Amino acid sequence: MLTASGRGHVGAAFSIVEILRVLYDDVLKYDAKNPRWPDRDRFILSKGHGCLALYAVLADKGFFPEAELAKFCASDGILGGHPEYGKVPGVEASTGSLGHGFSMGVGFALNAKLDGHKHRVFIVLGDGECSEGTIWEAALCASKHQLDHLTVIIDYNKQQTYGTIAEVQDLEPFAAKWEAFGFSVCEVNGHDVAALKNTLAAVPFTAHKPTAIICHTIKGKGVSFTERNLSWHHKTRVSAAEASSLLAALATE
Amino acid sequence: MRQTSLNTVYEMAKRDPRVVFIGSDLGPDTLKQLKAELPNQFLMEGVSEANIVTMAAGLALEGKIPYINTIATFLTRRCFEQIVLDLGLHKTKVRLIGSGGGLVYAPLGPTHLATDDIAILRAVPNMTILAPADAVEMHRLMLQTLEVDGPVYIRLGKGGDPVVSRADLPCEIGKAIQMREGRDALIVATGICLQVALEAAAELEKQGVGAGVLHVHTLKPLDVAMIFEKAAPVPVILTMEEHTLAGGLGSAVAEIIAEAGFNPAKRFKRIGIPDVFPDQYGSQTSLMKRYNITASHAVDTVLKLLKTSPTSHSH
Repeated sequence: MLTASGRGHVGAAFSIVEILRVLYDDVLKYDAKNPRWPDRDRFILSKGHGCLALYAVLADKGFFPEAELAKFCASDGILGGHPEYGKVPGVEASTGSLGHGFSMGVGFALNAKLDGHKHRVFIVLGDGECSEGTIWEAALCASKHQLDHLTVIIDYNKQQTYGTIAEVQDLEPFAAKWEAFGFSVCEVNGHDVAALKNTLAAVPFTAHKPTAIICHTIKGKGVSFTERNLSWHHKTRVSAAEASSLLAALATE
Repeated sequence: MRQTSLNTVYEMAKRDPRVVFIGSDLGPDTLKQLKAELPNQFLMEGVSEANIVTMAAGLALEGKIPYINTIATFLTRRCFEQIVLDLGLHKTKVRLIGSGGGLVYAPLGPTHLATDDIAILRAVPNMTILAPADAVEMHRLMLQTLEVDGPVYIRLGKGGDPVVSRADLPCEIGKAIQMREGRDALIVATGICLQVALEAAAELEKQGVGAGVLHVHTLKPLDVAMIFEKAAPVPVILTMEEHTLAGGLGSAVAEIIAEAGFNPAKRFKRIGIPDVFPDQYGSQTSLMKRYNITASHAVDTVLKLLKTSPTSHSH
């Protein structure tokens, strides 16, 4: 995808690779051949800029042919710089502007509750995204309606575009905030596949409470020169040499 | 008008389980019957409009038809991005019932005036914008909103507005209504300005000037064909709206007339709110007077335009 378009939010995608892998390998109920199957679990990548990771997983699971990946951001492709509902099979909501996906997921979960459906809703939020006021409006609402079939997974990589979360807009005490908003909270290493599996298998932790899983992650995880490197948050004009060194690093590291 | 709109939601909710009412923080007895009889179709979600609009989009993607009600400007200004992305882009069947369109909340000051709601929403693809003239017309239009694809905004007037819409005329979303014929001038109006336009046309008739009145209750999709057809034979066209002149009905009609390239050129004016924040309290009526949204100003404007028109019939 990077080679095709020369651009992408690399750091933001690398920090959620294990989270998405565990969700699609072990947690979510879905049918890639029938993406609108009514009983599927709903998944929303609210931090839409992490879509490189999502596209790779969706292609791997057969939601669309892998050849689409080579058309990332191309005019005739379905995979844009942010995921779009109606274009990409498996994408439940168009995200990209931060602070929307959570409220959308609350709508999905509330509908399931009103109509007595059993499917669940999982939403991945960015940490920088948690500065948006709508996140906390949605948190109040999810808690009020006791949406225990809704889980937010926060990619707490501690970095945003300008610098660290701590210096731009500190979120701490972060877990306490979610608890105060009525969530059952768990913190986990977001790159530890076994820990993610165990944690996600155990939701909801408390009946009648929505769940927040704070995943401690590393932006750009997996490649030495992208880890914690802000210049890879949104990389444009990725050269062929950079792309191939990234691929080589992924193959060996 | 608000009471009728909420009663209409109740009426629709009883017939159609997809209908869900969502309020922000409305009066204590709002739709209490709906809440009592159909509790799963009634939600009161607090002063969190942005979350409400996106949550409603989520409900709509799952098959519901949410009707959201709160003060018009808090829906349109505050939630603009939610409306653009979660309603417009996703083409969700969410209905926004905006209380106090225009200058209704005059005593409450400029924070509560929805003077730019139409302009804002005209820029949103897939949006339908309705501005009924009175409660009877609002009821007729609201019943049709169940079938409209994509989001709908319903601009409510003050309530107790005189009923000027006509039961004998068809009322269909997207179709302007010719309320009155006239060969000298055409007044195009929307919302409660219809009553002002009709008053102006009656006065003009007394003075020997035939002014037609076209009521545009649907601002989007605009009935371009009808506006063009009714504008073509008359030398003078006037628009009237309780809304800023930047981007509302007047702007839309001007675009049609300019692009039509009529020869000889039409004489054209817009009546509406100038590019200011209203600086007085008072009442809807007093602010409308302050900005010359009155029948007498419409009469004067039409007469002046007729004097300068090379093709006027009434010299």
